[in-house]
Formats: sequence, structure tokens, C-alpha cells
Amino acid sequence: MFSLPFMQNAYLASTFIAIISGIIGVFVIARNMSFLTHTLSEIGFAGAAFGIFAGWPPLNGMLFFTIISSVIVGQLSVKADRREASISAISSLFIGLGILFLSLTDKSSSYATSILFGSIIGISRANVWQVALLSIVVLLIVAIIYRNLKFDSFDPVGARVKGLWTNTLSIIFLILLALSVSVAAQIVGSLLIFVLLTLPAASARYFAHTVSKMMLVAVILSLAGVWGGLYLGYLTNWPVSFFIATIECLFYLAALGYNRLRQG
Amino acid sequence: MTQKPLLTLDHLAVRFPDRQVFQDLNLTLDHGHFLSIVGENGAGKTTLIRTLLHQLKPSAGTVRFFPNRKAIKIGYVPQFRNLDKEYPLTIRDFISLNLSGIRLPWLSRKERHAINQVIQQTNLAAIAQRPLGMASGGEKQRAYLAQALVEKPNLLILDESTASLDNVMKYDLLELVKKINREQKLTVIFVTHDLPLAKQYADEFLLLQRQGYQTGPIANLPEDALVSAQHGGAAHV
Ligand SMILES: Nc1ncnc2c1ncn2[C@@H]1O[C@H](COP(=O)(O)OP(=O)(O)OP(=O)(O)O)[C@@H](O)[C@H]1O
Ligand SMILES: [Mg+2]
Repeated sequence: MFSLPFMQNAYLASTFIAIISGIIGVFVIARNMSFLTHTLSEIGFAGAAFGIFAGWPPLNGMLFFTIISSVIVGQLSVKADRREASISAISSLFIGLGILFLSLTDKSSSYATSILFGSIIGISRANVWQVALLSIVVLLIVAIIYRNLKFDSFDPVGARVKGLWTNTLSIIFLILLALSVSVAAQIVGSLLIFVLLTLPAASARYFAHTVSKMMLVAVILSLAGVWGGLYLGYLTNWPVSFFIATIECLFYLAALGYNRLRQG
Repeated sequence: MTQKPLLTLDHLAVRFPDRQVFQDLNLTLDHGHFLSIVGENGAGKTTLIRTLLHQLKPSAGTVRFFPNRKAIKIGYVPQFRNLDKEYPLTIRDFISLNLSGIRLPWLSRKERHAINQVIQQTNLAAIAQRPLGMASGGEKQRAYLAQALVEKPNLLILDESTASLDNVMKYDLLELVKKINREQKLTVIFVTHDLPLAKQYADEFLLLQRQGYQTGPIANLPEDALVSAQHGGAAHV
């Protein structure tokens, strides 16, 4: 299996993806941003479609759309009560745009499927480098703002009274999330990014009780998901994202079961 | 020899568009003193605290810290903080959140030592590794206190930290605060509805009323300062 270059690329890229998804995911869950993550993945789809339409690499289209819209969402939804509604509005607009751009291109519909559901065959060595570079940028920024991000995510009231720059932090985090979404979409597709960015971290909460251990557990669970998914996809020729989603769901159910047991 | 106070309020006034909360407020708080701020719901206690923290701009007058605001580190335990049963972090990790800023991601040895120290001080050693969500109301308040103390503040502000506690737990918490106040000369501002508690632990009081305010040594705090407090205690939600 590893003698095939496209499998090597897929494994390399998915390793980076799993690491940043696990780490960013812990903050997504703590900040209650699952819904927004879902929306950003739809926006990523529109961005990729736009990229194809404009003759760019889909990843660049994704980055362009998700970063701009995450900043807009950040501005729109400082007030939590307005958040859900404004996110829904933005999300419908972007799905519509994605469909429009796809229909305007002459590329076949297989292109659309690979954006939506991910594709491991399409990953070139150049893509791997791009994914690696973006992941390293995300990790570096997280490392720099880690203490403040942790405080603001896990104790927003305390962070605000301490006078941390919580609004700036939210926007930085949204941009990090946009980057992670665009990167993760390369393997699992935009429909399922959600899976990697939320489920491992949501499961980790039940197994670990410090921020650093939660990140570790979330990374392990997402690595297990993508590696396992790639392997099973290779064996069966079924879609990798199906296996990743199934594995992560099983982990989540196991975490819930474990929690139930422990609380007796 | 006269030592400079920690803080003075000089003709301080705060108003919101629809309401003058207080005006012409003058107060001096000395180092190591324990001040209790009392007043009915809506009297402006939290508003005053937020003004001290520079979160609100006074409409008139000044807040001055000595030697300056930068030199005074404030540990603040806010009035509302809803952490549910599922809150995942251990008490220890929760306390460490306050060691914020642009620093290395991992804790230094000195920082770990500071955390251990406040955990001892606030009697949380036995449960420090347990998730905060599962802690009792009193344990939660001690964890909030510990989080505020871990940065070694010069001024500790507690806003209604005893409001949700039963009688035993609130005296325990105040004993602890008083001990730290005495042993480390930590200046304390304690906001409360609970007059007996204020009388027992504070050195001086500030009573905020609809019309004006009163201040002085705690012995002078009028018994009937809070009408609502006499009818079954603080009606606090
Ligand atoms: N941001 C604000 N904008 C407008 N009015 C405000 C604001 N914050 C507080 N107020 C008003 O100022 C008054 C004082 O409020 P504050 O929260 O300081 O009272 P408090 O003494 O802390 O009351 P409690 O005992 O209920 O905590 C209230 O009438 C409140 O409605
Ligand atoms: Mg108040």
C-alpha cells in the first residue's frame, strides 16, 4: 500500500490534518462553535467551486472564501443570540453560490463530488506540502496565543474580567478555524470536515480533563480515524470519508458510554 | 509616617443613559484593609467595581491607584459565572487558566509552584484533580478564589461570592479570605448583601443607597442598612 505514491501523499496529508483538527477541535467544542464549523465547511465548498470557476486551485478558493466569511461572521455575531440566525443566512447564501459556480464551469460533476466528499487520489506531493505549511502556521499561531486562547475558551467570564483582548482573540480563532477547515477538506471533503473538527474533541472531553490532555486524546482519535479510514478505503474501495465518519462516530458513542459507566 | 493608600475615589460619578447610579463618591482604601461594599439589588455595587477595573468610564471624578494602576494587580472574582455539571477541566487546570498572556504554552516550574501554593491555601488539595463541574457550590467558589489568587494580586475583589452558599460554607470561605488578608496583607473588597457576614469580617464598609452613600468603620454600619436583608436574606438570582 505504501509503495503507491498517492497513498503516501494521502497518509502524509491526513496526518497533518488529523493533528490540527484535534487541536483546533478542542477549542471549537469549548467555544460552542460546532454549528459555525459546519457553516464554514459549506462556505469552503462554495470557495472551492469558485476556485474551479476562476481557474484557481480549489484550496486557494476555499481559503479565500472561508477567511473572509469567518471575519464577517465574527463581526456579525458578537451577540450570541443573533449568531444562529446570521450563520444560517450566510450558510444558505454560500451553498447557493457554490451550486452556481459549479454549474457555470464546464468541469464534470466528478469534480463536485471530490470537493464535497473528498478524494485521496487527487492529492499530489505539492498538495501535501501546502497542507503541511498551513498546518504549521496554524500550530505556531496556536502556540503563541495558547494561554489566552485557553483562558478565553474555557472561562470566558474570567478572561473578560481579566481584560484579555477577547474580541481580537475570537477573530484570530475564526481565521485559524477557516484555515483548518480548508486544509481538512482536502481529505474528507467539505461535507465531512465537521466530523474531524468536532467529534474527536467532543469525545476527548470525556476521557481527559486538562486542556493539554484533551488535545492529545483528540489528536489520537482523529489520527486513528484518518489512518483507519485510509486503510479500509484502500482495502474495500469504498469512500474514505465514510470510514472516517463511522470510526469517529464509534469513538464518540464509546466516549458517551464510558461517561455513563463512570457516573454509575 | 503616613503610608499612601492603595486606592482613592474622588468625587466619582457613573451614569448610564437612563440612570445616575451614584455620584460624588469619595473613599480611601488603605493597604491591607478589608472593605465591604453593601447595598440593595441595583444599588450600583457591581457598577462601582467595574469602574475600579477601568471597564466603565466614570462620568465625573477619578479613581486613583498608588503608586499607579499598573503597579496594582487586581484579582477579581466576578458575580456571575455559570459553569455547568459537564464542565470538563480539573480544578487545577481551571486555576492555571489565569496564568495568561503571551508565554510559553507549558507551565514553568515557578508557575506550577504558585498553583500548588494556592491549592494548599484554599484547601483544594484533595480534589484538585477532579473536574470542576462536579464540585459543590462552596468548592467552586474556592476554585474561583484560587484562580484569582494565583497571579498574586495586591487587591482582591469578591462580588457576591457567598450569595449561593449555605451558612456553613459562606463562613468557611470568608474565614479563608480573612486569613489571607491578615497573613499576606492582601487588600480585600467584598461585595455582599449579608450584613452579619460583613460585620464579622470587614474593617470598614461602604453602603450604597438610592440617595447617596455612607462609609466608615464596620462597627458603624447601621443594623437596618438593607431593608430586604431583614426579610429572609438576600433575594438574589
Ligand atoms: N451596562 C449598563 N447599562 C445601563 N444600565 C446599567 C448597566 N449596568 C448596570 N446598570 C444599571 O445600574 C444599576 C446598578 O447596577 P449594578 O449591577 O451595579 O447593581 P448591584 O448593586 O451590583 O446589584 P446586585 O445586588 O443585583 O448585584 C442598575 O439599575 C442597573 O440596571
Ligand atoms: Mg452586582
